[in-house]
Amino acid sequence: MAPLPPRSGDAVFANVEHVNAELFSLTYGAIVRQLLTDLEEVDEVNKQLDQMGYNIGIRLIDEFLAKSNVSRCADFRETADVIAKVGFKMFLGVTASVANWDTEGTSCSLILEDNPLVDFVELPDTCQGLYYCNILSGVIRGALEMVSMKTEVTWVRDMLHGDDVYELRVKLLKQVPEEYPYKDDD
Amino acid sequence: MQFFGGSAAAEASPAPAAPPGTATGLAGNNANVLYVFNRNGVCLLYREWHRPLRTLDAAQDHKLMFGLLFSLRSFTAKMDPTSVEKGNLGVPLLPGQGCSFHSFRTNTYKLSFMESPSGIKLILVTHPKTSDLREALRYIYNLYVEYVVKNPLYVPGTPIKSELFNTNLDQYVKTLI
Repeated sequence: MAPLPPRSGDAVFANVEHVNAELFSLTYGAIVRQLLTDLEEVDEVNKQLDQMGYNIGIRLIDEFLAKSNVSRCADFRETADVIAKVGFKMFLGVTASVANWDTEGTSCSLILEDNPLVDFVELPDTCQGLYYCNILSGVIRGALEMVSMKTEVTWVRDMLHGDDVYELRVKLLKQVPEEYPYKDDD
Repeated sequence: MQFFGGSAAAEASPAPAAPPGTATGLAGNNANVLYVFNRNGVCLLYREWHRPLRTLDAAQDHKLMFGLLFSLRSFTAKMDPTSVEKGNLGVPLLPGQGCSFHSFRTNTYKLSFMESPSGIKLILVTHPKTSDLREALRYIYNLYVEYVVKNPLYVPGTPIKSELFNTNLDQYVKTLI
């Protein structure tokens, strides 16, 4: 019996349980509102969202791998493609595109034209520094860390700040080799 | 002559006879032992259904098993005749480097192995005549996702203490042939 081929994002998306996208975006909105009330500072909110995303990402990766049958990626280019075509589709129902590679192939942009998190959202003037979807960058960072890639994920363009698309810059800092975890003498 | 008749018949059979005390594969519970390790070598789960002989204490046993698989991974990558780029035996491997193995068999047991790209290692020891268990390990990985990873009270990287997971696992391994 051969291993199952990787499934496309659409196939996985069709097979997993869905919740209403409005329920999802309103719940997320409620979280952001609560954080803004609790922390008062926009920068702190960004940080907190990123941390929450990270905690989600380190768990979500296993669900992603189990359901998508994706195996190890040969290089970072393949990783970016898998995130954009399979990952985003599976969990958010949208597809991102990958663009703007640097010459070394260690950083690229994920471009989202459609983002279910921001339905019904308008940023008030007091929140101009807020990266409303900062949870996404945390999720990507956490998930990639579990497959041995240290990355830095930043927002470059944000439709809530008046840009025409969402652009996430993903930069590969380091691939961590697998080390033997025990010391010789214990 | 009668005494030797029995043993000659046993030698004629192509597969070695399982020693006394080994699950027969027909008893309905073919799985002997399951280990789950994470990427840091922590034994998240050890589950035993049939293991008459134990020689080491549990911690040593887990470490030895993890070490064996770690070395085998390095060994299979080094042995791989199809890839040119490879370092010396034992050099840390980057993600995506090297190939993986999925089982080995001795005359008394079969060990099946699956490693997810996130470093979760599942090891299932069964009767030597068991067929390919890659599907089964994938299924167990799915159980792990559903009952362990999605449980908010579970702290990642700690041993699994979920009755629900254990119950479902026990039920599933009973169906393995």
